[in-house]
Amino acid sequence: MRLTCPLCGERDRREFYYYGAEDYLHRPAEGAPLAEWDNYLHLRDNPAGVTKDLWYHEAGCSQWLLVTRNTVTHEILGAELVAERKA
Amino acid sequence: MRYSGLKVITEGLFGNKGWTPAWRDPSPKADYDVVIIGGGGHGLSTAYYLAKNHGITNVAVLEKGYLGSGNIGRNTTIVRANYFLPGNSEFYSHSMKLWEGLESELNYNVMHSQRGLINLFHSDGQRDAFVRRGNAMINQGDDAILLDRDGVREHLPYLDFDNTRFPIYGGLLHPRGGSARHDAVAWGYARGADSRGVDLIQNCEVTGIDIQNGKVLGVQTTRGAIRAKKVGIIVAGRSSQVAAMAGMRLPIESHVLQAFVTEGLKPVINHVISFGMGHFYISQSDKGGLVFGGDLDFYASYAARGNLPMVEHVMEAGMTLMPMIGRAKVLRSWGGIMDMSPDGSPIIDKTHIDGLFIDCGWNYGGFKAVPASGWCMAHLMATGEPHEVARKFRLDRFATGHLLDEEGTGSQHNLH
Repeated sequence: MRLTCPLCGERDRREFYYYGAEDYLHRPAEGAPLAEWDNYLHLRDNPAGVTKDLWYHEAGCSQWLLVTRNTVTHEILGAELVAERKA
Repeated sequence: MRYSGLKVITEGLFGNKGWTPAWRDPSPKADYDVVIIGGGGHGLSTAYYLAKNHGITNVAVLEKGYLGSGNIGRNTTIVRANYFLPGNSEFYSHSMKLWEGLESELNYNVMHSQRGLINLFHSDGQRDAFVRRGNAMINQGDDAILLDRDGVREHLPYLDFDNTRFPIYGGLLHPRGGSARHDAVAWGYARGADSRGVDLIQNCEVTGIDIQNGKVLGVQTTRGAIRAKKVGIIVAGRSSQVAAMAGMRLPIESHVLQAFVTEGLKPVINHVISFGMGHFYISQSDKGGLVFGGDLDFYASYAARGNLPMVEHVMEAGMTLMPMIGRAKVLRSWGGIMDMSPDGSPIIDKTHIDGLFIDCGWNYGGFKAVPASGWCMAHLMATGEPHEVARKFRLDRFATGHLLDEEGTGSQHNLH
């Protein structure tokens, strides 16, 4: 599997650390009810097909990437920098 | 038909014409007391114990492929009861006791072989942790023997004891640990359930779960609608998709775990050996192949195949531990879809929908749990109450904080 980093280009999977689903970008606000934290930390859509998840380009540009990919075929469909995302 | 040595001999003498299919191939009825979604190890054992322990025989097991075509047919077959935490410890101990009587229980040769399992350690700190684990196993009534370096050498003379990075300090021997024939476990439970009246329905994919006023009414399938008073979701890596049919979002992320088999070799590895620091474990099948694996690929996946970095890592770890296997040729590799929970422990529980139950989150350790998982899931579905050895496998434990984090690494999806 090779991921295309917006800054570094196509790189081997070994350069990246996998964190998990896109859900981690939606951190509940301070004082949010516990159910929201459970939802944020534990509950997942876990799709068989296209998903978005977070990868850290550890051995490259040290940027967090939001990668769009297919969990059934391992096809990489795109990647964007988390830092440049509009909230 | 009851299987026996005498039967094998007489059939051999008369052309093997007297064998009959091990189970029927029924069409689904319109109505069942219990529908089990998933004809893998856990689903089949649940159906078996519903019939055997609770007398509930109006049961259908719905399998989208063929029986045992998922992880029960493609795993590394290790059976052990070496858990530490209360909640896990009594459950796997119960499972081990069921394994030890399984062949006579099922009248089926599951080739259960208690060849001993050795977990290696490589530092003083790790030895202390293994002493503590061994004591927990003994307190649970199971067996554990601490081996020093020479003790390990007596069992496993072929290891590289002086590896610079991970010199072998000793190991924790679990003599009752071992392996079994994976397919035979599915087939044995299938035959046992079928003979008690359970309908095993293959090529029948569930496409929807019918729910009305918070109560389950049945399922929609590719072979028509089936009504049921109770429905159990026991579908391992596909748990999230099936639970979504009931509007549920699970604390599960599906990952790929790879394993490997070499060509058949003469007997050389007599135990199950785990090299935790290198993420490597190995045993030798009765057919002679070395069966080994490592850690997850560590990204969510349903591909049933992994990528090369983990292949390379596992091979390197194997060569580090036992250079003698370097000339063996790998015959095949595969990837299984693991239903990973945030704390690495399973779920056997009711859902918020009346009559809908779920058994999932087996991570990479579901095989050894097959007997007790079925036992406890059947108990839960029949009585409405959790079995005493599975009472901590709650679906809501992540929200309430009652975690079962055996590794002590935290409760987060990328940590187990």
